[in-house]
Amino acid sequence: MAYSDKVVDHFNNPRNVGSLPKQDPTVGTGLVGAPECGDVMKLQVRVNPETGVIDEAKFKTFGCGSAIASSSLATEWLKGKTVDEALTIKNTDIVAELSLPPVKVHCSVLAEDAIKAAIADYQQKQQAGPSS
Amino acid sequence: MLKFPIYFDNQATTPVDPRVLEAMLPYFTERFGNAASRNHRYGWEAEEAVEAARKQVADLIGANPKEIVFTSGATESDNLAIKGAVYMYREKGDHVITALTEHKAVIDTCKRLEKEGFRVTYLPVKPDGLVDLDALRDAITAKTVLITIMAANNEIGVLQPVAEIGAMAKERGVLFHTDAVQAAGKVPFDVNACNAHLASISAHKMYGPKGVGALYVRRRQPRVLLSPIIDGGGHERGMRSGTLNVPGIVGFGKAAELCRLEMAQESARIRALRDRLNAKLHAGLDELHVNGSMEHRLPGNLNISFAYVEGESLLMGINDVAVSSGSACTSASLEPSYVLKALGTGDDLAHSSIRFGLGRFNTEDEVDYVAGKVVAVVRKLREMSPLYEMAKDGVDLAKMEWREH
Repeated sequence: MAYSDKVVDHFNNPRNVGSLPKQDPTVGTGLVGAPECGDVMKLQVRVNPETGVIDEAKFKTFGCGSAIASSSLATEWLKGKTVDEALTIKNTDIVAELSLPPVKVHCSVLAEDAIKAAIADYQQKQQAGPSS
Repeated sequence: MLKFPIYFDNQATTPVDPRVLEAMLPYFTERFGNAASRNHRYGWEAEEAVEAARKQVADLIGANPKEIVFTSGATESDNLAIKGAVYMYREKGDHVITALTEHKAVIDTCKRLEKEGFRVTYLPVKPDGLVDLDALRDAITAKTVLITIMAANNEIGVLQPVAEIGAMAKERGVLFHTDAVQAAGKVPFDVNACNAHLASISAHKMYGPKGVGALYVRRRQPRVLLSPIIDGGGHERGMRSGTLNVPGIVGFGKAAELCRLEMAQESARIRALRDRLNAKLHAGLDELHVNGSMEHRLPGNLNISFAYVEGESLLMGINDVAVSSGSACTSASLEPSYVLKALGTGDDLAHSSIRFGLGRFNTEDEVDYVAGKVVAVVRKLREMSPLYEMAKDGVDLAKMEWREH
């Protein structure tokens, strides 16, 4: 299977690999996928409570090169976006940017799910947490 | 000097040995005759070459040359053996026994037979990949016509106890077919030692050309008859019609001869390379799982799961090495390797598996390069793996509730 240059680039030089403190109220964590399906993505965002802008995004992914590239790209796109803007990122945008073939579309779907899960986690923390 | 990509996929296919190619070349041009042409020298030369090759192939597996039927390859041999036998002996019974870890050429042939009304038992295997002989004994009924169990597995290289299986088949009056494609030429394989009635072999797995294989069909004690699956001019004693692939067969013969003469030395060398690779990987990495028995195994095979790393991403990271993965992502199907599943390997580890297949032309320098590369890439991917992080944090991954998509 031939990979696009962008997938190869993200795979060889993944952006924003790492973890943020899960308990931090300004951090949202999304963990999607399952090991038996061959892909698991953990995507985390840190939101500036003042501005509502994502100032940090990190990922760790177990999955094929396209899954790694999709999550790496997602973290790049998330930085600097507001929470509402982040929710407008669609899997089809990732497919287009990385030129994913049809068999790899599910990798982009997983990345979109991971974004949504991370934001939902952050928003839940904001609602549940002590109001400042 | 290393030549890239390094080829470590010798269970998929092998390069043609230059000595084999040399033997074949005249049969494309000046000796191009049809082996079935009885009226001129072109035909005689071709027939003579085919008969010499038939003896070379027979000698490799302890057969009589008259027991060798040339085919287009192992898939055809498996089809002819299984369908040919059950159609021929239909009156005796309608039951076939095979194993879950067989090659698709056997499994899918059996599935077709089921659609036609035959009954098939797919034996489970033990965690080391070997067939349970007690389960086999229990599966044989008065209606069993054929047992088909491979000699060596293509994914995990596990050697089945074919001598015991053959003895059991003989005792119970059941035909025994073995797909010996991976075993023949690599480890001692003798049709009489294992009481095989039928055995499939292929040229391209033993440094011969693609597109040519053979089926061993026992002629004595008992004489095995097959119902042909291809109709035509009655070549190969009526069992396989079609003009013989003379250059391919000549190459097959030469390849078989080389394997027979060099097997002892070659298998020791390849085993040492395989063991070196295994040792280096284990020295550099934790949480490795070797799939299948290390004791009963082809010398050139190593199938390892690198926990917490997905197989396709590992292949992408070692893209200057040609190997195979049991991960679903590399194939059209969504399921990971059915062979590893049959061993009881979890889907997560099946997705993390790589098959290293070493062969005649691999060197120690290549092993050292591949081991170093794999260790480095696995470490990098584990740093990127949420599963590795969770496992190191003490999370029991098996008890997690995953959000499947």
